[in-house]
Amino acid sequence: MNSFEFIETSVTGGTAVIELNRPRQLNSLNRKMVGEIVEAMEAFDRDDNVRVIVLTGKGRAFSAGADIDEMAEDDPIRLELLNQFADWDRLALIKKPIIGAVKGFVFGGGFELALCCDILIAASGTEFSFPEVSIGVMPGAGGTQRLTKLAGRTKALEWLWTGERIPAEAALAHGVINKIVAPELLMEETLKFASRIAKQPPLSVRLIKDSVNKAVDYPLYEGMQYERKNFYLLFASQDQKEGMNAFVEKRKPNYKGR
Amino acid sequence: MFETIRYDVKDGVAWLYLNRPDKLNAFVAQMNREIKDAVKAASADDEVRCIVMIGEGRAFCSGQDLSEVDENMDHGQVLRDHYGPMVKQIRQCEKPIVAAVNGVAAGAGFSLALACDFRLVSEKASFVNAFVHVGLIPDSGNLYFLAQLVGQAKAAELSILGEKVPAAEAVDIGLANRMIPAETFEEEVSTFAARLAVMPTKAIGLIKRSLKAASVLSFEDYLELEAQGQRTAGLTADHREGVEAFMQKRKPVFSGK
Repeated sequence: MNSFEFIETSVTGGTAVIELNRPRQLNSLNRKMVGEIVEAMEAFDRDDNVRVIVLTGKGRAFSAGADIDEMAEDDPIRLELLNQFADWDRLALIKKPIIGAVKGFVFGGGFELALCCDILIAASGTEFSFPEVSIGVMPGAGGTQRLTKLAGRTKALEWLWTGERIPAEAALAHGVINKIVAPELLMEETLKFASRIAKQPPLSVRLIKDSVNKAVDYPLYEGMQYERKNFYLLFASQDQKEGMNAFVEKRKPNYKGR
Repeated sequence: MFETIRYDVKDGVAWLYLNRPDKLNAFVAQMNREIKDAVKAASADDEVRCIVMIGEGRAFCSGQDLSEVDENMDHGQVLRDHYGPMVKQIRQCEKPIVAAVNGVAAGAGFSLALACDFRLVSEKASFVNAFVHVGLIPDSGNLYFLAQLVGQAKAAELSILGEKVPAAEAVDIGLANRMIPAETFEEEVSTFAARLAVMPTKAIGLIKRSLKAASVLSFEDYLELEAQGQRTAGLTADHREGVEAFMQKRKPVFSGK
């Protein structure tokens, strides 16, 4: 598992950690690195010992963006045939919770990668930005779509058109991130939060993510129908019996993820 | 590498001299930039555990050099481009910063002193919020800091009337920490800075961070920030050293880490 070139992975307790590992390049993303992230995510998604996945970066920045050198000479046909964004689509299919721990610069493709996380925890002083506009392009890995769904059209257009740096406080105020923590404690606080989610019944956590994701894309009525089926489905789980019995018996539940 | 300032690091203290004495250390854009760069360098330099800003010659800083001002100037843009980045850099710095106000601090020079953590004033020093005399408003964060230091009423008085505040009065109203005789000014500033430079630097930074946050966060959010600050401080070598020294009844030797 740990034979990656551009990332490092580890598992402690029920929490898997994926670290971007090109600190000298401020973790700028190349295609191989994205491929490795997806590969690691999918492996952790299938791994019964893993309940939560944490994504972070080594060094002082989460990621300063995509490797510009890699795409400076690209043409549309090559990009179509390469179909690099298919890797990004696979990230959206991960069923387990993904918690991003970000700091320093979260720019361009790095910002898009952060937006693939379900929860974002930022060190104070973190800056987000989509600077693509300043080099004659635009985000291509979901930036315009995911940012708009989180912050709304008003702010998304302003940020995407100007390419300006978004302070963590503004990102928090507009619902892009969940919380800001002391930079010294970024990993400690993130792992604390991760282990809290890891203690919840995994099937509930999983189907909650599944349902909330549908809320983003479905009309309300369809979403309600979808939610209902997931709710019913949980009644087939051992954890539902365990949770409700423990509640009645006034004891702590012991969840198995089954 | 600097022209409008002089920057020396000695015994853990970064000395930042505003160095345009023939212009009473008035600001030009280059000086804004050089102060910002020097504070950035001092923040990143592990050897530096205290920063002192002081003026060469008889003034601390007389504010914007009016010879750089022309009628087409966009005053707002000058703040965004030059003064804003400078005071932001000072405010971001997590090391103690002392303004050693050796003489007059007027206009943006007053603001510069306000952005620091301590104001030690020579008996020859004075503060003037001179902006109103040329039909402008106090800038570079001036009122933000001033109102916090002396209260709304006094801040309004100082800014609207633009009267000179002599050193002794500055101490009385809480604008300055202490007044020092002119003859021993640099020496006493140096002693004060040396004292800060052997304190637990990381804890000082966390105190500064908490004070800043206290004015913008809700009480509940503040308590969480405080908990994270104390957790961070609790992990420092200086905390261990402090406790150990206390138990062993000796003087602690802090490394700043």
